[in-house]
Amino acid sequence: MNIKGLVKTYPIKGGAFQKVLGTVKAVDNVDLEIRQGEALGLVGESGCGKSTFGRAILRLEEPDAGSVEFNGVDVLQLSAKDLKPYRRDAQVVFQDPFGSLDPRTSVGDSIAEGLRVQGVSRKQRGRRVADVLELVGLEPYHANRYPHEFSGGQRQRIGIARALAVDPKFIVLDEPVSALDVSIQSQILNLLNQLQRELDLTLLFIAHDLSVVEHLCDRIAVMYLGRIVEIANRDDLFANPTHPYTEALLSAIPVPDPTVNRKRILLEGDLPSPLNPPSGCTFHTRCPIAVEGICDVTPPELRPVNGESHEASCHLRTGDHQDLNRPLLAAQ
Amino acid sequence: MTASPNGGPILEIRDLETYFFTRDGVVKAVDGVDLTVGKGEIVGLVGESGCGKSVTSMSILRLIQNPGEIVDGEIYFHGEDLLKVSEKEMRSIRGDRISMIFQQPVGSLNPVFTAGSQISEVYEIHEDIKGKEGFKSAVDMLTKVGIPDPERRAKSYPHELSGGMAQRVMIAMALAAGPELLIADEPTTALDVTIQAQIIDLLADIRNDLGTSIILITHDLGIVAEIADRVAVMYAGEIVEEAATKTLFADPQHPYTKGLIGSIPVAGSRREWLDVIPGRVPNLIDLPTGCRFAPRCRAREEAGLTICTEQRPELRMTESGHTVRCFLYEDGAT
Amino acid sequence: MTYEPPHAGDDRTPSDPEDAADQPLDTMAASDAVRDEVRMDLSGGGVSATTAGGLWRTAGREIIRKKSAIIGMALLSVLLILAVFAPIIAPYDPNQVLFDQGVSPRDPPCIHLFGCDEEKSQHILGIDGNGRDYFSRIVYGARVSLLAAFVAVLFAMFWGTIVGLIAGFFGGWADNVLMRIMDVLLSFPSLLLAIAVVTVLGPGLINAILAIAIVTIPQYARIVRSSVLSIREQEYVAADQALGVGRWRLLAHRIFPNTLTPLIVIATLGIATAVLEIASLSFLGLGVQPPTPEWGSMLAAERNQVFTAPHLVFFAGLMIMWNVLGFNLLGDGLRDAIDPRLGR
Repeated sequence: MNIKGLVKTYPIKGGAFQKVLGTVKAVDNVDLEIRQGEALGLVGESGCGKSTFGRAILRLEEPDAGSVEFNGVDVLQLSAKDLKPYRRDAQVVFQDPFGSLDPRTSVGDSIAEGLRVQGVSRKQRGRRVADVLELVGLEPYHANRYPHEFSGGQRQRIGIARALAVDPKFIVLDEPVSALDVSIQSQILNLLNQLQRELDLTLLFIAHDLSVVEHLCDRIAVMYLGRIVEIANRDDLFANPTHPYTEALLSAIPVPDPTVNRKRILLEGDLPSPLNPPSGCTFHTRCPIAVEGICDVTPPELRPVNGESHEASCHLRTGDHQDLNRPLLAAQ
Repeated sequence: MTASPNGGPILEIRDLETYFFTRDGVVKAVDGVDLTVGKGEIVGLVGESGCGKSVTSMSILRLIQNPGEIVDGEIYFHGEDLLKVSEKEMRSIRGDRISMIFQQPVGSLNPVFTAGSQISEVYEIHEDIKGKEGFKSAVDMLTKVGIPDPERRAKSYPHELSGGMAQRVMIAMALAAGPELLIADEPTTALDVTIQAQIIDLLADIRNDLGTSIILITHDLGIVAEIADRVAVMYAGEIVEEAATKTLFADPQHPYTKGLIGSIPVAGSRREWLDVIPGRVPNLIDLPTGCRFAPRCRAREEAGLTICTEQRPELRMTESGHTVRCFLYEDGAT
Repeated sequence: MTYEPPHAGDDRTPSDPEDAADQPLDTMAASDAVRDEVRMDLSGGGVSATTAGGLWRTAGREIIRKKSAIIGMALLSVLLILAVFAPIIAPYDPNQVLFDQGVSPRDPPCIHLFGCDEEKSQHILGIDGNGRDYFSRIVYGARVSLLAAFVAVLFAMFWGTIVGLIAGFFGGWADNVLMRIMDVLLSFPSLLLAIAVVTVLGPGLINAILAIAIVTIPQYARIVRSSVLSIREQEYVAADQALGVGRWRLLAHRIFPNTLTPLIVIATLGIATAVLEIASLSFLGLGVQPPTPEWGSMLAAERNQVFTAPHLVFFAGLMIMWNVLGFNLLGDGLRDAIDPRLGR
């Protein structure tokens, strides 16, 4: 999948006549390439636009600009009718195990809905539902039950089953384990790992937790306020985080090992509001090494770090002003 | 009981039992919990949803409401049993000597009052400081918790504050009257990772600078590894293991603890498959006889033990400062 | 530790085949966390063995526990029996004038059991001003009241739901136009508007029902619309969109069934109001026309006899109250039973 220049904005309306007061640039001109068979992680904190991005490429939200090429076809240009095959090839798994299933429909019917749309006969639907339930570690007789009879972890499995039922090639997973207990989380992560291998799926794994993403993904992209600030192979990212935000993010993750005495990079202040993003590099307000006159003026571009597989957008690290680069820790 | 680093314990919970009497049965949310907190100590109380850690903390401050009831146990705060004092005395303790902060900072603050006024309210109630002096004290407190531009922030309303800032305001409110014990119930779960790091550091600073003891309740083992001195692991209403932090992570003994640590993906050290604890947390109304973790315990199967499903294990000390509730360690040997 | 891929049953303890609902960790204040630590262990897990009957069965069980709902249902069952078995229960034809049988207008009740002369014909509640057996009229009145209120509410619910679904789902100018029309209707006091409608259409039971229905449509439209607005944002709707489900099917199959919950409660309570309104309209002479028995018009006919023949006024009023109370209690019980269970 090749995504170019994706933009998604939300107008903020207010006043008696619902005038447009401002816009939130949830996704700000993002390019991304998702290779077949890979699991790509998209990481960022709240408000960075990762969920919006995931929805936009599935056309669950209509992007304002850009192109999403899937198997050579720009999906954004397709009419609703022509969208059907895409709906089969690209699926989604959501975060909230309690909101992602219709409480009034049996589990089997929820799973079979996609099959129904694709025109599969009822008998075949039943069989496929049973198959897919087993695939995710549940039992075929669960199809007759209702969502409220299942635990959070099981509901997530049902959500995954629903996505798998139509035999997709690409699945967007929007924070699929964030709402689960740690011990259930590991079950689901293992399941996803296994499924990806067995079914040769391409995954876009959206999360805010880098350690979860690391477990599952081959490549990871880091987002901040609607832009991708760094993208690299998994091992590269952890070994050599280049963008200051990535560095800070990595150091902020609490490690369940008290012997590790890490020097933590603390970022100043809070995430800026996407309504009023900072000028130039959106990260400069919190960046310990930001240089006035450069970082607050021009937005940096994604440039390679070493080789083409690792890119970061920072004036001081990969841009034109690398002479002014400093390590983060010394700057604190 | 483990000896705390700086003198005698300030809080001692003995055999706490808090049950919820519901229409469907009696939920034994907390069923025999012992916990000690020393002066200037950060004790982590770790467990997943439904283990009883929040109920324990609410029991300390006697905030349990119908249909819940503290049915047994003692909670000694500086030698005095909190479960026996009058409600009036309890009210003077809450906020003044023992404070609590919660998970949803913006939701826990009163939306119609400014941040500053909510902090100064604490001063008003407990220290009898009013008006301008109260406001000044509030601003001082905001500075102490690291809020930039505190004078302006004191006049903000909760909905104008970000999650991290709101949490700092809550901490300011909790610390205003200078409590000896701060109970932090999942203080960072709703916050972003980078903000979480700030708050965790703040809590550590509070302990270092003010000498406040902290009970840190969380499901995140990473956080307790960072700042807790001791960790108690809870499962289905009981404490199943307790040890100094370093010891717990270096040598986890209870199968649940081991499973928990093993199921966390750790950034930077990737494993092919994560450990899985099969099954699910038991129904607290209909508890299995014997060890509550037994149905899910692989170690039990491997060791071929039958006593686990028949009797309930006690908390036993396996080495100095390390207690485990498991029949695998009954003889004191591992 | 060797890993085994998750099999069926890995997420369940070997002992309980039923499944309990874990609660997610985040987004809860402390008291909620406490509540959920408790709640998590209550649902399912073999205690209140949830079956594959979905939510209605659970709701049904809840309702039975509610005393108010039971009383309401009891009251209404009486009325229902009266209505259905009216020809059997009522000793006389309600419209039959009985002067030729030797009774006079407003004769007091004559119950043989209580000592009335065996020779006189039995009239449990006496005779009304036009020489008809009052008791029979009361019994047949149940038919009119129940049926009329039901039909009115059903009509209003039907159209209100359609308006609400379209306005909520499609938004935009459809939403604006429809809701403004609803606002106009809502700005009138309902009874006055009903009177106005009937005046235009002409008096009569059908027109009265129509009038009340029209007046109530906006309420249902609003409720359904706000339900739709919140349901629309749910992830299961987005999941369906991702599966390619068309908009109309989405509306009819996914969204609509989930709006039923508040709708049914409001509708049940709405029937109570409709009963009152029909009675009021009939009282004013704009609804049921003579000689059809209807409690409101019966009240009107005898209202001047409050002191001379109070039983003629009292029982009609009592029946109206009975009816309204029944529906109110049932509605309350329904609301309590449905909301906490299905609101998760």
